[in-house]
Amino acid sequence: MKGFDLAVILGNPEYVAMLVHGIEMTFIIAIFSWLLAMSLAVLLLAVRFSPGRIGNAAVAAYVSYHRNVPTLVQLMLWYFGIYTILPSGVSDWLSAHSAEMIFAVLGLGLCQAAYFSEDLRSGLRSVSPGQMEAARALGHGYVSAMRFVLIPQGVRNALPALVNHSVSLFKNSSLAIVIGAPELSHAVKEIENLSFRTFEIYLIGTILYLFFSLMIMAAGAYLTWRADPANGARR
Amino acid sequence: MIHDLIAIIDEYWLLLLIGQYPNGPLGGLANTLILSALSIVLAFPFAILLAFGRLSKYRVLRWPVTVLVYVTRGVPLLMLVLWSYFLVPLLTGADVPSFLTMLTTLVVYQGAFLSEIIRAGIVALGQGQMDAARALGHSYFSAMRYVILPQALYNMIPSMLSTFVATIKDTTLGYVINVPDLTFAASQVNNQLLTQPFQVFLILALTYYVICWSLTWLTNVVERRITRRRAGLIAPKRRGQFQTSLTPNATEQP
Repeated sequence: MKGFDLAVILGNPEYVAMLVHGIEMTFIIAIFSWLLAMSLAVLLLAVRFSPGRIGNAAVAAYVSYHRNVPTLVQLMLWYFGIYTILPSGVSDWLSAHSAEMIFAVLGLGLCQAAYFSEDLRSGLRSVSPGQMEAARALGHGYVSAMRFVLIPQGVRNALPALVNHSVSLFKNSSLAIVIGAPELSHAVKEIENLSFRTFEIYLIGTILYLFFSLMIMAAGAYLTWRADPANGARR
Repeated sequence: MIHDLIAIIDEYWLLLLIGQYPNGPLGGLANTLILSALSIVLAFPFAILLAFGRLSKYRVLRWPVTVLVYVTRGVPLLMLVLWSYFLVPLLTGADVPSFLTMLTTLVVYQGAFLSEIIRAGIVALGQGQMDAARALGHSYFSAMRYVILPQALYNMIPSMLSTFVATIKDTTLGYVINVPDLTFAASQVNNQLLTQPFQVFLILALTYYVICWSLTWLTNVVERRITRRRAGLIAPKRRGQFQTSLTPNATEQP
């Protein structure tokens, strides 16, 4: 049994480069899928709040599918399933442009959009209907009332849930290991195979994930605190 | 397309349902459900202990539990699965089946999440319940056992059901360490067929969808019922009530 020695990994420039690359890829997956999820969530919400039964039912089905199927299975369906039935031109282009990364972003982003849109929806629903009536009575139009009165309050209510789901999105980026995306947990596995220092490299990987998750949680807590009018937020 | 799906289900339904069972370990959907049910059953007492620890006035108890909860909230489940795959055989010194490794991981992971739910449920009851129980002569644990927990746990049934759904979804990570569950069975089917990966993984996704959707639906029904009961709109069912309605005297009296 070899003694515990972090220097074997942290002193080896090759391993450090692999770790740094893994962190970069994890952040690329997390950030791009966050952006995709958030923009899609706003779109889904707009459809949900507009009249029209078909649009509403479609959004409800979208949300229901993405919340009730395990994220891992969704990623597998994308990469092992949908990837293979795409027209050959598209799949050739994808395989030339690191398809694993694209499908990781796509799969995680589309999945998380369902959670984000539900968070925003329950945030908006928790704003009392009187607010809309009062804003309209003061001469705001529907859009203007939404923009200046309802959405600021709704987003504020939704903030804690959005932060929690952003943390889980970051954590879920590790699922991309099953489709072979070269992110942090992939780098950890690879270094383990090269160095046989399982304990040390798992410890480093765990601490890195924990550090970034706690940073996101802290940023979210600060944002929630700032958004509270009691702490001097712009009303 | 639909024809393909039916053909695959027709050919492989037994493998997807119970894996290689008579000739090998139990697998497939049966194993997924057993794994999730076992881990939630085992995680539950563990979570109550953790919640007590987090609410304790002693730092020695509070701090380690807080650290555990934050670590499980901040580290991907995948990383924890890899840890147990490495540590459990090392600590027990035995060749542990991957099912047990996954069970250990899920108990710790869901235990930490459930403990936060239980803690919130206990805190939401308010200090008054505990004070009143203590004033009536209950000890701390007796008050917890007879006054706090029955109320807190009843209010938390919906959250626990949704934790069960989350557990079913989390069992898919056993795929990384080759736990013979539904996902594993589907990828076996895919390896045998080779030509229809989309159809196979669509069946997998739809199966999970049906299970988790029905449980989510059940959760919503239970939640609505509990909210109404707490608001006093429906009376709790008592044994006496049921019996009186069956006695002929009660109805025939003028």
